[in-house]
Amino acid sequence: MSDASEIVFDHVTKRYAGRDQAALDDLTLEIPAGTFCVLVGPSGGGKTTALKMVNRLIPFDAGDIRIDGRSIRDIPVVELRRGIGYVIQQIGLFPHMTIGENIGTVPRLLGWSKVRIRERSAELLALVGLEPSDAARYPSQLSGGQRQRVGLARALAADPPLLLMDEPFGALDPITRLRLQHELRRLHREVGKTIVFVTHDVDEAITLGDRIAILREGGVLAQYDTPDAILGHPADDFVKRFVGEDRALRRLALRTLHDVPLSGGGGNGPRLAVTTSLRNAVSQMLEVNADNVVVIGDDGRELGVLRLDDVATVL
Amino acid sequence: MTAGPVIPTFGHGSTCVKENHTFCWDWVHAHWGDTLQPALVQHLELTAIAIVIGFAIAFPLALLAHRFRPLEQPVGIASALLYTIPSLALFQILIPFTGLTRTTVEIALVSYTLVILFPNILAGLRSAPPDVLEAARGMGLTSRQVLTSVELPLAVPSIIGGLRIAVVSTIAVATIAAFLLPDGLGYPIFVALNQPVPFKTEIYAAGALAVGLAIACDFLLVALRRALVRWKTV
Repeated sequence: MSDASEIVFDHVTKRYAGRDQAALDDLTLEIPAGTFCVLVGPSGGGKTTALKMVNRLIPFDAGDIRIDGRSIRDIPVVELRRGIGYVIQQIGLFPHMTIGENIGTVPRLLGWSKVRIRERSAELLALVGLEPSDAARYPSQLSGGQRQRVGLARALAADPPLLLMDEPFGALDPITRLRLQHELRRLHREVGKTIVFVTHDVDEAITLGDRIAILREGGVLAQYDTPDAILGHPADDFVKRFVGEDRALRRLALRTLHDVPLSGGGGNGPRLAVTTSLRNAVSQMLEVNADNVVVIGDDGRELGVLRLDDVATVL
Repeated sequence: MTAGPVIPTFGHGSTCVKENHTFCWDWVHAHWGDTLQPALVQHLELTAIAIVIGFAIAFPLALLAHRFRPLEQPVGIASALLYTIPSLALFQILIPFTGLTRTTVEIALVSYTLVILFPNILAGLRSAPPDVLEAARGMGLTSRQVLTSVELPLAVPSIIGGLRIAVVSTIAVATIAAFLLPDGLGYPIFVALNQPVPFKTEIYAAGALAVGLAIACDFLLVALRRALVRWKTV
């Protein structure tokens, strides 16, 4: 298996019997290998439908979906699914199996040896931030956040080039969600898989995605672009409303002081690390009524000054 | 339909027995080997055969009804109808075909276990949460693998729950086999009731053995559940 797969939705359409509106209307989407692609939109937008088509839990009426150029219709369904990591909101851990057995599910189906499965499971527990001793516990003994870590480990077990994630953090408390979002980003950088991630939460989409596909009711693709481009140039009023009136601030949150040109000395505002987001920098300036911040590098040296007036020019 | 001449089991022996006191240990001691123990063993046989055959019928039916939903209602109604027939009436219906035999008794006992086992096994198979099934399918388990490695293990608590009720109720119902045959713990009770004055010790001793058997079997099934279901803390 390759490290990451390219997925292409090619004019995919899905209608459910007895409903006028399409669930997915002529969706065309190219997701390059290694991309973290977030499908976002209101309910009825067909984002979960689109996701579940990739591992053929939901059939489509027209069009085609290709993974690395190969139509998913040409791949035996069981083989297709074993090659795709799948994570869902309700997690769906097997309650009668230990955490170790849960993680070993797909490797077992693929006929790995017991030793190899045990080693892999230990490796994954560490990767998702759980203890080796957790392997012997049952799902009912874990918290919601821990369970979803196991869900992620289980999906990664056979090292699939593609991960499908259906609102995986939707049922978690905000703090746990934030932490797992961070770790998923880190994980994506480390393992370099293609991830298709469904959420209805714009903030989550912007935090996680390299690319965001916004689907509107009736399964129509409203815009497909980088978070920065979507915030900077929303395609239409629907996207504008959907991403919110504060999209300028959201864009600032995507950049750090590292990403902007700084002017020379003369700053007297708060001293901030270069890794601070522009949004936080602006917030700090407003808080102490300063019109600039002094940017400090990793080594503690002053790198320069960012003035409030200059912030708008970077957008 | 009584089974042969009634042999007097008291009228001789200790004062306790002669005066038909509430409970005479000496009678129990004297007749353990020739009356009570054989009756207990027969009772266990009657119950075990009924449960094994009942399970062998109910299990595949439940698997079928699990796969093909429309089957559930007819099977459920048929077994419930069987259950509503009073056992003595059922014996009368069966005697022309199967005579005064254990077969007649077992047909009645088995049909009563079905009404308990079938819905319990089916409910167990359906107890797998939808998200667990979706995850299983999504990971590439075949439907057979979903059944054997997800649905069946998750059905075990419900199946054992059904077995517990079926075993305990079969042990109780099996006493009426004595209306047909000198078989089971019902027979000593039947004999004692047919004395000019009902013989108390024999009735109580046989009744206590039936209760003890039920409790022992139930205990074993609870232990089995505990051994098989380590993932659930109940």
